[in-house]
Amino acid sequence: MSLHRQVVAVLALVGIAIATYLWLHAIGVVGTLKCGTGGCEIVQASTYARLLGIPVAFYGVVGYVVLFGLAVAGAQPALVQRRWPTTWLVALSGAGFLFTLYLTSLEMFVIHAWCRWCLASAAVMTAIVVTSLAGFLRKS
Amino acid sequence: MKRFYGLLAVVAIAAVAFLIYSANQPAAAVPGAAASNVTVSAQDSAFPGYILGSDSAPVKVEEFADYECPICAMFATVQFPTIRDQLIKTGKVQWVLRDYPLPPTTHRWSHLAANAVACASEQGKAWDMIDAVFDHHDWALQGSNPTSVFRGLAQGIGVNPTTWDACVAADRYAGRIQASLSRGDALGVGGTPTFFIDGKEVASTDRSSDRFQRIVDSIIAAHPKKKK
Repeated sequence: MSLHRQVVAVLALVGIAIATYLWLHAIGVVGTLKCGTGGCEIVQASTYARLLGIPVAFYGVVGYVVLFGLAVAGAQPALVQRRWPTTWLVALSGAGFLFTLYLTSLEMFVIHAWCRWCLASAAVMTAIVVTSLAGFLRKS
Repeated sequence: MKRFYGLLAVVAIAAVAFLIYSANQPAAAVPGAAASNVTVSAQDSAFPGYILGSDSAPVKVEEFADYECPICAMFATVQFPTIRDQLIKTGKVQWVLRDYPLPPTTHRWSHLAANAVACASEQGKAWDMIDAVFDHHDWALQGSNPTSVFRGLAQGIGVNPTTWDACVAADRYAGRIQASLSRGDALGVGGTPTFFIDGKEVASTDRSSDRFQRIVDSIIAAHPKKKK
């Protein structure tokens, strides 16, 4: 019953790692992103890499941590039969997915450069929303 | 559940190991800074600089500039428009701008800026890019990597961004920039901007358009053959 929550937890952990990597770069802890095309530096140096003065990657870290916590909690025996963790996973990952869609469209239409790590994060977020939705539909 | 926690532990350990490894990598070189082993070809040395004005102009002014230098930017935005109108467009002066990027310890992004201009020049937009880099000089005050700013400026003047990206990433004109720098050193350039009018360095810190006008007029008056 909790398989989709376990999958989301693993995916969110991968997302935490990616977002943390980008965030550490944004605050200067990691010097150069390992990015084949060089597009990562262009995207990360653009004005769109910060939102309200905070690196966008930090919002990613927070978002993935929340999803991870929710998925792990929802996978516990005490909550595994409850529906609300999956509902929240769908809602939060849906919001994350829309934000990811916005960021990816900026790369495509405005910045005209691709950051592979950002795309990896987008893929992880897409997988999370699909998995959450699958769990939600299977239970309803 | 044991398998689940085991998988989480494996992913977590791999992630932490990768982040620690990344954070401990040697400090990256300044993005866009000149490589230490630049090869200067004969073609690089033959580059005549960014030319504005007629080849038949009686007076030639050679400027050595650093795009991050605030005085160069002030000259470019305050004095140069008048010089362009009154001396270059009238055919009295041919202006040649040469790159003289100061070391990264002084101006971190100078070489990158010179490369950004060079990469726009291969698409026929050298002076448009020079104007754009000086006109939007805020990038020099912010301290962060201005690649995306330069890219936006290049796009704004009609440069193909994909071609420009590849050129900048490859530091394609490092040799040409180095050749220009060496020429400046050979001429005794001690700072930027430095001007040579018909090969003679313009002393003093008066860089007004009026002064250039007076010097150019006096040269033309002293050498009647040079009259337009």
